Amino acid sequence: MSLRTTPFHPRTGPLSEGQAWRRWAGYVVASSYELSHDREYHAIRNSAALFDVSPLYKYLITGPDAARLLDHVVTRNVGKAKIGQVLYTPWCDNEGKQIDDGTISILGEQTFRMTSADPTLRWLHLNASGLDVKIEDVSETTAALSLQGPSSRAILQIAAERDLSALKYFRLTSARIRGIPVTISRTGYTGDLGYEVWVDAAQAVPLWDALIESGTPYGITPAGMLALDVARIEAGLLLIEVDYFSSRHALIESQKSSPLELGLGWTVATDKQRYNGQAALDAERKRGPAWQFTGLTVDWDSLEQLYADVGLPPRLPSQAWRTSVPVYDRGGHKQLGYATSGGWSPLLKRYMALAHLGSEHASGTEVRMEITVEHHRKQAMAHVTPLPFFNPERKRA
Amino acid sequence: MKQYDAIVIGGGHNGLVTAAYLARAGKSVLVLERRPRVGGAAVTEEIFPGFKFTMFSYVVSLLRPEIIRDLDLPRHGLHILPLESTVTPMENGDYFAAWSDHDETRRELYRHSPRDAEAYDEYGRLMHFMAQAVKPILSMVPPDPTSFAPGDLAGLLKLGKHFRGLGGERLHALVKLMTMSSADFLDEWFETDVLKATKSASGIIGTFLGPRSPGTAYVLLHHYMGELDGVFRAWGFAKGGTGSVSESIAAAARGFGAEIRCNAGVSKVAVRNGRATGVVLENGDEITARTVVSSLDPRRTFLELLESDALPPEFVQDIKRFKFRGSSGKVNLALDSLPSFTCMPGIGRQHRGAISISPSLEYVERAYDDAKYGEFSRRPYMDIVFPSMIDPGMAPPGKHVMSIFVQYAPYKLNGGWTDAKREAFGDAVVNTVESFAPGFKAKILHRQVITPLDIEKITGLSEGNIFAGELALHQLFFLRPVAGWAKFATPVHGFYQCGAGTHPGGGIMGASGRLAAMRILKDGK
Repeated sequence: MSLRTTPFHPRTGPLSEGQAWRRWAGYVVASSYELSHDREYHAIRNSAALFDVSPLYKYLITGPDAARLLDHVVTRNVGKAKIGQVLYTPWCDNEGKQIDDGTISILGEQTFRMTSADPTLRWLHLNASGLDVKIEDVSETTAALSLQGPSSRAILQIAAERDLSALKYFRLTSARIRGIPVTISRTGYTGDLGYEVWVDAAQAVPLWDALIESGTPYGITPAGMLALDVARIEAGLLLIEVDYFSSRHALIESQKSSPLELGLGWTVATDKQRYNGQAALDAERKRGPAWQFTGLTVDWDSLEQLYADVGLPPRLPSQAWRTSVPVYDRGGHKQLGYATSGGWSPLLKRYMALAHLGSEHASGTEVRMEITVEHHRKQAMAHVTPLPFFNPERKRA
Repeated sequence: MKQYDAIVIGGGHNGLVTAAYLARAGKSVLVLERRPRVGGAAVTEEIFPGFKFTMFSYVVSLLRPEIIRDLDLPRHGLHILPLESTVTPMENGDYFAAWSDHDETRRELYRHSPRDAEAYDEYGRLMHFMAQAVKPILSMVPPDPTSFAPGDLAGLLKLGKHFRGLGGERLHALVKLMTMSSADFLDEWFETDVLKATKSASGIIGTFLGPRSPGTAYVLLHHYMGELDGVFRAWGFAKGGTGSVSESIAAAARGFGAEIRCNAGVSKVAVRNGRATGVVLENGDEITARTVVSSLDPRRTFLELLESDALPPEFVQDIKRFKFRGSSGKVNLALDSLPSFTCMPGIGRQHRGAISISPSLEYVERAYDDAKYGEFSRRPYMDIVFPSMIDPGMAPPGKHVMSIFVQYAPYKLNGGWTDAKREAFGDAVVNTVESFAPGFKAKILHRQVITPLDIEKITGLSEGNIFAGELALHQLFFLRPVAGWAKFATPVHGFYQCGAGTHPGGGIMGASGRLAAMRILKDGK
């Protein structure tokens, strides 16, 4: 294979029943291991799903000015965060338009790990001039697994031989699994109880084996990106290049978004000094963002009728889709915005979508979403639904 | 004392559905359940410490999508998990498997018969159309074909148009499905015996009929009705067992304001001047209500809850003729580890689907022969699932539960059911499984054997019939439970029926409960 495989490939490769792989940051990861992603999806909500998330870009940022650098780059307040905390945060250009989003793990007073979807090394260096800080690309040397689902805690506790009930949502701890040093963070991309385990790439395979062995009695299930895609929509979590474009890739101004337009207002700190995009974001906050990021639930009766009109039972997407779909007002004439991701929730039994609606229109609760039925463009009624669609207590409990 | 708008007798899933819909419409509703928990025959109980048994029903078959949506059951804890494959071990050590992947199943069938592998797709397409034709009936109040009332005429007209729209070929197929035996119908399509045996087995569940008995072909459609829902998936295994289906409906009903009282058996429906006025509990308490709804089966509803003079004698006669004939039992096991089947050794995906003990048509028909003459099958038909393989929470980590649906076990056993007979029945079941999975018996930690008599005693279902009355053609649609009274009302004013003994009945569908609630709300306007 000319694309790169992850450090877990010796284990994940043979599991692939249909050779369904997806590209991610120059690597291949499983779309699904089984011929259908159905069971892998249900494992996220029913037992525990194990994802290989090694392709994430990872940077180790150390030194006396490490916090200062990060605070200058991202919108959240890094200086205020405590050791052992993990921050989810976007970062912006000077116009307050979002470049990327990721996490910052506070490993020590002067030690941070940043993850990103796009390469960020150059951007970090550009912002670090004059600062006493060391930036190391550890993308290839750090492997990562994400264990997500209601049984994830029980499995990790057995694997790590310690109680994890004190590890709160978006906190991390160092631990050993079968003698292998790891960092365990209570994070993930599913909106469920879940953890991510960070390990030296050389130890990836024994870590995989340990988790599978501990997890088998609990129904641990290796899962691919198709399953993850459904879960992240249920959780209302954004995906770069799908739900928004990085301002560094946008070709025209209207392709850019600000965190305030993406429902990430809570991540834009109001209590810190100078950071990239601050002035623009402050101004935008005052006048109100032009767009709202929201959920849509397609009305069943409306959908059923569209299909009944052509003599078919309703068809539902069997996988999450990621295309831009127009959204209209309830009369069906005026376009209010567009949906960027959608799919059927097997858990909630709902056809859901993530959408951008112009703020001046987002007050309505009923809209219409375009649906193609038998080659014809139709519109189904949809209800504006606050995100996330699914938010179980166990996520934070 | 408080007068309720409606009292629902029985907290099985249909009673709860009726209660939820009535409460949703703003009515004050009280559900009275005799047992300590709701669910009726859809209950999950920890019979052996750490092991949760889906006591009676074990899969969600055709739970109506509109109920899932209207009551927002997922928000109340319903999570239906996939249960997709069926593996049938054969007596020669081979197997037949139907997997969720179409290509895999076709290749597997090709191994048995290349001709059948192609016929399978054509058959599937026809059954899809048949299911589509029959499905609307599930959501329809049965019109009375002898009535000239506008509502009935409109219903019949709609039905007539619907069937005319099918076209000749499909209408003929539908008539065949309604009249033939499942074995004969399948003979027209396939030559692989084990395939026919496994498919026909779904046509005999809950009936006192064999695969060669006329009228069993219709039930073949049920499977395809589930498939029509496609990705919606109203078919599968409920996380937490079928008890969680009941619990989620109960939670929805409570959310709409319904009260649910357990340990509150009803002994009589109070009737004054031909009108139901409330109920009398087993402890003597009286509770009044404008409407009383019974989710119990027709026999209990009309012959036990009412005084005999409350009903016209012809009606009573018809109810007495309504057939129950419980024919199935259940064996629930706690296992130390999973059994390995000779035909497919080891532990694998076969344990995540159904194992059907239906190796040949003759095997299943012979199982019926035993029952015809008043004995339980020495080598019974069985539908086996391992709930802990689908929801690991059903058993302690690494341990398993095994749910075995068994047919035939006649309610009217020669000499009657005794403790010794129950254990002999349990032995026949585990010995038969052992013959397909040597070493299996040594893994059993605890065994619960349930006979039709036990089903009757625990759930109240007469003669232990799992469908609250046999799903035979003469007891369906406008004939369920009796002609002239298939529309949920009863001869007693203000007294309604909402259980599976009414149309469409059977399985964890909830359709009877929903249609009954619609009727009650309409009458109340």
